[in-house]
Amino acid sequence: MLQTLRPAFILFALITFLTGIAYPLALTAIGQTFFQNPADGSPIVRDGRVVGSELIGQSFTRADYFWGRPSAAGSGYDARASSGSNLGPTAQALADRVRTEAERFGVAARDIPVDLLTTSGSGLDPHISPAAAHFQAQRIADARHIPVETVRRLIEANIERPVAGILGEARVNVLELNLTLDGLPAHEGAS
Amino acid sequence: MTLEGWTLILAFIALVAAIARPLGLYLDAVFAGRRTLLSLVLRPVENTFYRLAGVKADVEQDWKAYALAVLLFSFICTLALYALLRLQGALPLNPQAFGAVAPNVAMNTAVSFVTNTNWQAYAGESTMSHLTQMLGLTVQNFLSAAVGIAVAIAFARGFARRGAATIGNFWVDMTRATLYVLLPISTILAIAFIALGMPQTLAGSLQATTLEGAHQDIAIGPVASQIAIKMLGTNGGGFFNANAAHPFENMGPIVNLIQMLSIFAIGAGLTITFGRMVGDERQGWALLAAMGVLFLFGTGVAYWAEAQATPALIQAGVDPSTMNMEGKETRFGIAASALFAAVTTAASCGAVNAMHDSFSALGGMVPLTNILAGEVIVGGVGAGLYGILVFAILTIFVAGLMVGRTPAYLGKKIEARDVKLAVLAILASPLAILIGTALAAGTDLGRAGVQDPGPHGFTEMLYAFASAAGNNGSAFGGLTATSDFYTYAQAAAMLIGRFLVIVPALAIAGNLAAKPVTPASSGSFPTTGLLFIGLLAFIIVIVGALTFFPALALGPLAEATAGRLF
Repeated sequence: MLQTLRPAFILFALITFLTGIAYPLALTAIGQTFFQNPADGSPIVRDGRVVGSELIGQSFTRADYFWGRPSAAGSGYDARASSGSNLGPTAQALADRVRTEAERFGVAARDIPVDLLTTSGSGLDPHISPAAAHFQAQRIADARHIPVETVRRLIEANIERPVAGILGEARVNVLELNLTLDGLPAHEGAS
Repeated sequence: MTLEGWTLILAFIALVAAIARPLGLYLDAVFAGRRTLLSLVLRPVENTFYRLAGVKADVEQDWKAYALAVLLFSFICTLALYALLRLQGALPLNPQAFGAVAPNVAMNTAVSFVTNTNWQAYAGESTMSHLTQMLGLTVQNFLSAAVGIAVAIAFARGFARRGAATIGNFWVDMTRATLYVLLPISTILAIAFIALGMPQTLAGSLQATTLEGAHQDIAIGPVASQIAIKMLGTNGGGFFNANAAHPFENMGPIVNLIQMLSIFAIGAGLTITFGRMVGDERQGWALLAAMGVLFLFGTGVAYWAEAQATPALIQAGVDPSTMNMEGKETRFGIAASALFAAVTTAASCGAVNAMHDSFSALGGMVPLTNILAGEVIVGGVGAGLYGILVFAILTIFVAGLMVGRTPAYLGKKIEARDVKLAVLAILASPLAILIGTALAAGTDLGRAGVQDPGPHGFTEMLYAFASAAGNNGSAFGGLTATSDFYTYAQAAAMLIGRFLVIVPALAIAGNLAAKPVTPASSGSFPTTGLLFIGLLAFIIVIVGALTFFPALALGPLAEATAGRLF
């Protein structure tokens, strides 16, 4: 037994030091030295202020911004409480929730892109589908008093396409798209 | 379903096959103690470890000593992790000032990470300090994977040796798995992940003011170092609650593909290692092919099922020709979510990039049945190889019965003792799953944790015990598993699923190693052909179906055919 105990304890201690201290700290040093922005969580800075992370969705409710997907993270886009709804495919609660989500768009659920009615796995999905962005274009144009073509052009310019045609879905980053909206020069804003 | 989706699935399978051989050959060299590319740097480290620990690298153990070392080492790991979880409030590197983890959750988590299950009865970003994530959870991500690989190598030696009394030295196998395999590959993966956008910092949060002026507190931390080994070691325990659906754990489709490949890499490689060790690489490819058949079938069903709207969505009035996007991320879509779900459950990983609980009835049944098949479709690192070899023994035995011949696998006669041990290893997890589910479904304690009413609620309980006993760790996450009942019952299931397979497997290895090899003759059943591959896949399906069909009928099958909401 004793000849089993010694290697058990000592190898546990040595490997714990190697993989639990040396390994993560070395990677932190590498990350902070060579890839600082991603290592810090990909913050987006505007006018010296962090307005969010490129990778993390945030809540949008104003009519002049694109809205993201419904979120089950905390009370919505709580980046300290990531979560899906976990509602099952035959849950009445899911059907009721989807119906409520549809109401805020003021059209039949049938005509709304499905990603705008469903919560993501993380509750922090930073993207919507191009269809979901175009679906909101008219509302944005009206709220900002700009031509809808301008909005549609911005959407098209912001679409990330699948890598090599098969990796990932076409999508639009909501925060970045809204930042481009805010960055529109004044003369384009006047219609 | 789209052509692009199917191309992704087939390209993924081709990539796994392409990785298997080089990695398998490397593993073979490492565990045979031959020089490899990294020996120059790592051999001195390895030897220092042995000197300090008093390990004589050239002295081997019989199966009992090997098993004792596995059990004792795992016990020490469990105690140490439990202590760390209970003490975290008083320890440094805790930027959010999290207190001690509750005793039942700490015990559950300690067992969970040491058994390579990584079932999580907690939400990472609101429970675990950075020190706990690094010094506790990351370490067990390495060690539980290293133990699994060591046992698989020892098991393979049982077939490779003749008239031998020993099956290797656990300390050497475990140390080599960590130093030569897990640590270097994880380091490369983690650097790639950071470069592609994954956080790696000791800060606790990123504070932002959103465009609409709200305050957003974004949890961050040393994520990349943990996610790399989480995938490579088929651990699956997320840094964040949402696991690989969280954009910080899985930023986009390229990272997603790398993560799926890392889940399968070592498990697939080990089949080739096995083939090399027994002197016939085709034996390994045959095992991998049987895994591939089962994998492709399950993935196809999941993709088909998720590419349709669910009854709840249709009742709410959405376009019925749309897809089930509830619980899925936009950047992955349907194909990559269904594929990931199949990969993570085939391989006993348990990471999720979409919420399995929100999958359609049949789509959710695929991850469930992958687990119920015994975690042998590639399986957990190491665990998948010894798991499928146990099934191979059973297959040979059944084939022998059918033609009335003494069964032999790779020249080793399969006798009563081997078959008894194999059946014990095969039946341990199903017993834990069915008894656990029956207890949960039959008591208020169990039913209290369920979120969804109707058959889906039953599936939540069945999935939980399948995941625990299969050492998978994924969940139908609607289930609240923090009660005393679930934390202790799940812990028992995890221990049974891990050690009541490992000990019989090592006993078989010891038994086989001592036997002589009878040369193949025209009467031997060839174990590299299509017949064997098909029979092996068939036996896995039949054992699973006979064991679990009634339970599946009460859960996902009842839900799929109910024709109404609950």
